[in-house]
Amino acid sequence: MPYAIELLNITKRFARTVANDDVTLKVLAGSIHALVGENGAGKTTLMETLYGLYQPDAGAIRIHEKEVTIKSPHDSIKLGIGMVHQHFMLVPPLTVLENIVLGAETTKNFFIDLKKTTAEISELAEKFSLNVPLTEKVENVGVGIQQRVEILKAIYRKADILVLDEPTAVLTPQETVQLFKILAELKEQGKTIVLITHKLNEVMAISDHVSVMRKGKIVGHLETPKTNPQEIAQLMVGRPVLLRVEKSEHKAGAPVLGVKELTYVDRRGVEALKSVSLDVASGEILGIAGVEGNGQSQLVECITGLIRPTSGSITINGVEIVGLNAREVFARGLAHVPEDRIKRGLVIDLSIKENLILSLQALPQFSSRLSMKRAEITSNAELLIQKYDVRPPDPNAITRGLSGGNQQKVIIARELSRNAEVIIASQPTRGVDIGGIEFIHRTLVTARDSGKAILLVSADLNEILSLSDRIAVMYSGRIVKIFPDNKVEESELGLYMTGSNQELIREAK
Amino acid sequence: MISQIFSLAFLAQTIRITVPYALASLGGVYSERGGVTNIALEGIILNGAFSATVGTYYTGNPLIGVLCGIAGGLLTALIHAVVSINIKADQIISGIAINLFAVGITKFVLEILFHSSSNSDRIPGLPHIKLGFIEQSPDIARLFGNPLVLFTILIIVASQFIIFKTRFGLRLRAVGENPEAADTVGISVTLYRYYGVLISGALAGLAGTWLAFDQHSFTDGMSAGRGYIALAAMIVGKWNPLGAAAACLLFGFAESLQIQLQGAGLPTQFIQMIPYVVTIIVLAGFIGKAVAPAADGVPYEKEK
Repeated sequence: MPYAIELLNITKRFARTVANDDVTLKVLAGSIHALVGENGAGKTTLMETLYGLYQPDAGAIRIHEKEVTIKSPHDSIKLGIGMVHQHFMLVPPLTVLENIVLGAETTKNFFIDLKKTTAEISELAEKFSLNVPLTEKVENVGVGIQQRVEILKAIYRKADILVLDEPTAVLTPQETVQLFKILAELKEQGKTIVLITHKLNEVMAISDHVSVMRKGKIVGHLETPKTNPQEIAQLMVGRPVLLRVEKSEHKAGAPVLGVKELTYVDRRGVEALKSVSLDVASGEILGIAGVEGNGQSQLVECITGLIRPTSGSITINGVEIVGLNAREVFARGLAHVPEDRIKRGLVIDLSIKENLILSLQALPQFSSRLSMKRAEITSNAELLIQKYDVRPPDPNAITRGLSGGNQQKVIIARELSRNAEVIIASQPTRGVDIGGIEFIHRTLVTARDSGKAILLVSADLNEILSLSDRIAVMYSGRIVKIFPDNKVEESELGLYMTGSNQELIREAK
Repeated sequence: MISQIFSLAFLAQTIRITVPYALASLGGVYSERGGVTNIALEGIILNGAFSATVGTYYTGNPLIGVLCGIAGGLLTALIHAVVSINIKADQIISGIAINLFAVGITKFVLEILFHSSSNSDRIPGLPHIKLGFIEQSPDIARLFGNPLVLFTILIIVASQFIIFKTRFGLRLRAVGENPEAADTVGISVTLYRYYGVLISGALAGLAGTWLAFDQHSFTDGMSAGRGYIALAAMIVGKWNPLGAAAACLLFGFAESLQIQLQGAGLPTQFIQMIPYVVTIIVLAGFIGKAVAPAADGVPYEKEK
């Protein structure tokens, strides 16, 4: 079979770092090729170079066995390359149709020819089972639909090579299954697909070939049927990795955190939490599964004192904490790893050592009446940096320069160092690579074993299933189901998460 | 008394006041829809008025004056475009600098050409088009016979279609909302932002031209805050051509009312407040939340 894409000895440097170092990647026409690697390994840069967003410093590109120069997306689109970016490149206030035709509009007497365009897109949508509401604004449709819009956008431009960057990061399990069906259909019709991902089960499920990148280099080309997740993970990280979290049976103690009939109505009058009740005992991890935006954020913000519930009660060891502000809640024994680490977890332009004492700065340990105790702050940082393996190991390094995984380690180090009884961990490994995930998971399990009560909120089902001792599912502001253990199928969780099985939900009530 | 106030002359006066607001406001819509904040409208109006005056004075031909007014606006907008789009400087500061620069340069050249620090010599007005059907009412005939009034009405309606129904409008809006998305489908963000700013220059220059012809001369600082009012109207009109024009008409009406009431024996201080009170009431009471184009005022960086 001929090659659709040949990237030959591509090198791309940014200011000081080499993002792609002499990378060669060949993709067979009509195949699905997975490109895997940790964050910052250079996968996205390589594909954006193919798409013309970057110019390589060295190397050549061949498309369908012809040498080409790609100066901009304009060129790559002409060569039949389409890309679905990780952060969708859509214009929210424009309609689905406008987004699809943008840059490739058909006009009739100065006006965009809606009739002809609608017919063309409908035909394509039919052919590839990509149903989208054409006249709806993109800001009013869900991420699953937005992704289909992106795929249609590429196909409308007659792309026969489709690059998808982390396409499942924002999807529910059901939507992922849908997407994979679509990809299989596209392959069937002769399209070539490159899939950037770091989820190994997806690689195994859908790809024909897999190329692994690490630190800007290609470290392996494998045929998917002849490899396994363990081998790929080892290539990605450069050392053997534990894909399963090792943890002992949990020995839950007395309930520590108690939430009772919690209701929250937001400023727009939307009931984001509807009588939520749950409790977390010492020595257990309660995982909250759910598609984002079903009330998880509001639940966490109520517990941590960031917003005030409309009604209901929250207790720590039986003491009511509703009405207290975040600082007072912390003082009652709560630690919080927030979902948005840049917005809520860190002051990104401060140093590591300063971030490590955020919210602890007023303790006598770190400040006297007039000034901060610099020596103590530095030695605190040195200790935590070593314990949590933060890189670079420099207390004075500015946090902005750290990788996502290391920024997250700074937050976790700080929150665990306050030795609170209750830990709220919201999306603790979002945007963190495999090596970092392994470390963070181990840390949380160790905290559990030492008797902490942990509430874990995550959109990543793998994470929920491998860490939780009990699992609660949130849908539309309610807890629709609590599983007493973690022995539940992903697909069953998915049904509850999407509210698609109303009968099951009614049964649960 | 009511019938005295709301006469045909009153209508004519309202339109006369509204035209420059509407032109400048429409200019603001094009610029900001493309993602460039344009508080330089004030300075563009002033430079447009001055260029139109000078052009007309030296050629004796008002049509050449109109072209000069547009050219003056375009050149001023070009400065704003280069500074905002290529150099990626702060667009508010660029706008303020241009407004201050316009006050200075017009005064300076006024002194050289007309030997006066306050106003130019008299210039002729625009020739009128004869419209038979409204000849019986001289106020209205004079107004609607003015080619600039007709052009303004035409461009307001046309803009509504240009911005929302054409390829150009779609691309302009995309560039103002999410330039990165536009870039990835091969649309030049720089080019479309230039289009937006330059169209705003031509329209605001035309607004200045109107002021000069309306008064048959140039006076120092004659833009008198109209650029800012136009910008406010653009926001009240939610960045829509028809909405902005309607808001301008409301301001024109309130200002006209204020002029009319000055002879009515009410304390002038109260009467002069009318346009501003109307503005505040409209902003607070009747218009919902106005959402600016998402990338308005944000320079586009390609390689991060």
